[in-house]
Amino acid sequence: METTAWLILLFPLLGSIVLGLGFRIWPARVVGAVGTLAIAAAFVAALLTTFSLQDRGEEQRQVVFSAWDYLVTVGIDAKLSILVDPLSMFMALTVTGVSTLIHLYSVAYLSGDRGYARFFAYLNFFVFSMLLLVLAANFLLLIVGWAFVGAASYMLISFWYRRTTATAAGIKAFVINVLGDVGLVLGTFFIFKHSGSVDFLTTFARAPDVFPKGQADLTAGCLLLLVGAFAKSAQVPLHTWLPDAMEGPTPVSALIHAATMVTAGVYLIARMHPLFERAPAAADVGAIVGCATLLIAGTIGLVVTDLKRVIAYSTMSQIGYMIMGVSAGAYVAGLFHLMTHAFFKALLFMAAGSVISAMGGEQDLNKMGGFRKAMPFTFACFVIGGLALSGIPPFSGFFSKDEILLVMGEQGGWKWALYISGYIGAFLTAIYTWRMIFRAFFGEPVEQARELEHGHLYHAPEPFNPANGEIEDTDVGFPGPEHHIAETALSMKAAMGLLAVLAVVGGIVLVPKTTTWLDTFLEPSFAGSSVVAKPDDSLLVLGLLLGTALGLLGVFVAYTIWVRRPGTSARWVERFSGLHRLFVHKWYFDELIDILVVRPAAWFGRWGQQTFERVFVNGTLIGGTTGIVRAGSAAVRAAQSGFLRGYAALLLFGVVAVGLYFLIQSA
Amino acid sequence: MTLDWFLVVSALVFCIGAGGVLTRRNPLVVLLCLELMLNAANIALIAFARMWGNVDGQIFAIIVMVVAACEVCIGLGLVVAIYRRRLPIDVDELRELQG
Repeated sequence: METTAWLILLFPLLGSIVLGLGFRIWPARVVGAVGTLAIAAAFVAALLTTFSLQDRGEEQRQVVFSAWDYLVTVGIDAKLSILVDPLSMFMALTVTGVSTLIHLYSVAYLSGDRGYARFFAYLNFFVFSMLLLVLAANFLLLIVGWAFVGAASYMLISFWYRRTTATAAGIKAFVINVLGDVGLVLGTFFIFKHSGSVDFLTTFARAPDVFPKGQADLTAGCLLLLVGAFAKSAQVPLHTWLPDAMEGPTPVSALIHAATMVTAGVYLIARMHPLFERAPAAADVGAIVGCATLLIAGTIGLVVTDLKRVIAYSTMSQIGYMIMGVSAGAYVAGLFHLMTHAFFKALLFMAAGSVISAMGGEQDLNKMGGFRKAMPFTFACFVIGGLALSGIPPFSGFFSKDEILLVMGEQGGWKWALYISGYIGAFLTAIYTWRMIFRAFFGEPVEQARELEHGHLYHAPEPFNPANGEIEDTDVGFPGPEHHIAETALSMKAAMGLLAVLAVVGGIVLVPKTTTWLDTFLEPSFAGSSVVAKPDDSLLVLGLLLGTALGLLGVFVAYTIWVRRPGTSARWVERFSGLHRLFVHKWYFDELIDILVVRPAAWFGRWGQQTFERVFVNGTLIGGTTGIVRAGSAAVRAAQSGFLRGYAALLLFGVVAVGLYFLIQSA
Repeated sequence: MTLDWFLVVSALVFCIGAGGVLTRRNPLVVLLCLELMLNAANIALIAFARMWGNVDGQIFAIIVMVVAACEVCIGLGLVVAIYRRRLPIDVDELRELQG
């Protein structure tokens, strides 16, 4: 078990190193095989580890393996150790499983890109970082994995580094992620100050003794951990990087911005649940922010016209559900939604990638339409993903979303507000999901779709940046002319098909009143949880009915607006122009951050450059030193007159003066 | 015979030499005055040697003479070189070497 556990980490790391060092040598076929097999091997290793974990007694399913001492000083004993328990294995399985399929998809999707080997090296490194994050057994290693994930996402978002928009998006994502890293590190200090240990299990064991419920330092620490979780999981107000991160290649969006990286915050809160349960104020903040995010993102998703950005806002919204769930104590439900979301969101992104390929790189929904006949397979995948996302039974998203909201309702009190908001969010989800589907696949087929129906792929006459329409060169880091593969490639079809199956049946692991597999599996990790929720059968039935009804209603509304009566949306935009403007401008969060953070920082920088540097550094420090040296040397230079007799006189009188001095001293 | 008179003579000669170095502008005379200063030191050295009944001071005086001879060689050589280049024979005029 120890060997297989370490192998989970080793395979992606090896893959990344091999591909990274040999990026000029390996032919594309080898690169794709090595990259995909490395992750597949990690998945197998995770499976084997899980099996041997299940063989143990329920009490012994939290095992720590240490490789060596990472840092041992006074008071800190951090080992390079991994924690194998049902929670980390659940995350490792989800990450490696979905990543394997996304690698498989990328094999075809990025063929023809000049950075093929670079891409797979980054992708493997990203999976390694994510696995390090979920397997870490202490805060230090968690921070290392956390930062690695941020760095990997920066590299992948800016993958097409000739695009100015892509590099800007990468920097934005990195900066916001680093803000989260700072929160995580500071939060760790707050917790370490009292617990005296950076090890997870030790900290949790000591928590009841050292942290009275609601202690101020613990609340501060948990709030700082939440900052880290919000930055990574794109929660309000640290969410602005996620939509911009759609500049990366579509498999990156599927991997990082749907299935794995953004779920790190959910994992963090679930992992720290013994601490969050002792800091109810922090947990409430998490639940409220999650709820706010799911509503804000849902409303923005209604008006965005970029296909990938609609899915990105949908991701934000769904992560909002998860954060809300795990913060309010619905750990299993939150993680359940994490898993099903990974399936159907990766599927949606892959299908979107297929559509974007068919459009020749164009991502604007306004220019799409009628792809139903041209790409039946992609259409089927999109519909399955859409049904799962909007929570239509019996697709996976239906069960997981209702499970979260059920726990909200069962806890009662002010959490009824979260419950109702959650269902409003579900309604919005159905509308924007089906808006996307109806606009891309229904209606009059566009030129590109008609071309594809005749078996011919559309190629843009010149490569261009879909974000701003700039014409670009294809020399470095931009897909070449053979990039457009739509849904014809076998590996893409295989990946999408498998995910579609998972998106349909993924909900089976936790069907109310029928199966409790996930509950049983995760039980040992949450055994100490003190959250009590009294099961309420009538609420369960109400929730399931309400979820179904709102999902179907949303689909119907979308159908009415965009298919049955086209033009309705334009009328509504006119009628609610203020609201529409708010949504189109993404609730002005970018502008708000610009005013509150960017401009003061830029102003301070200018002040530093123009005033501080010019006056103090250049004027006083540097100018003062050079002035003293210059004045001194001028005096010495004046003494060097060239008059021989002057020198002689100076020498003589000097010697006489010294002699006199000593005579007077000795007298 | 006390040591004092020897030292007085030595000091007088030294002062005459030093005054000459400071006041005269002809390099030949400056060299001459330098010799006076060196020899004033020699008088003092030999007077001390005599007082102690020791030859160390005399040896030292001879070494000073050797040094003085070398110095005069170079000094006179310089004066001849200056003359050959038709430069003014005046230490105040030769002052290009300055800051």
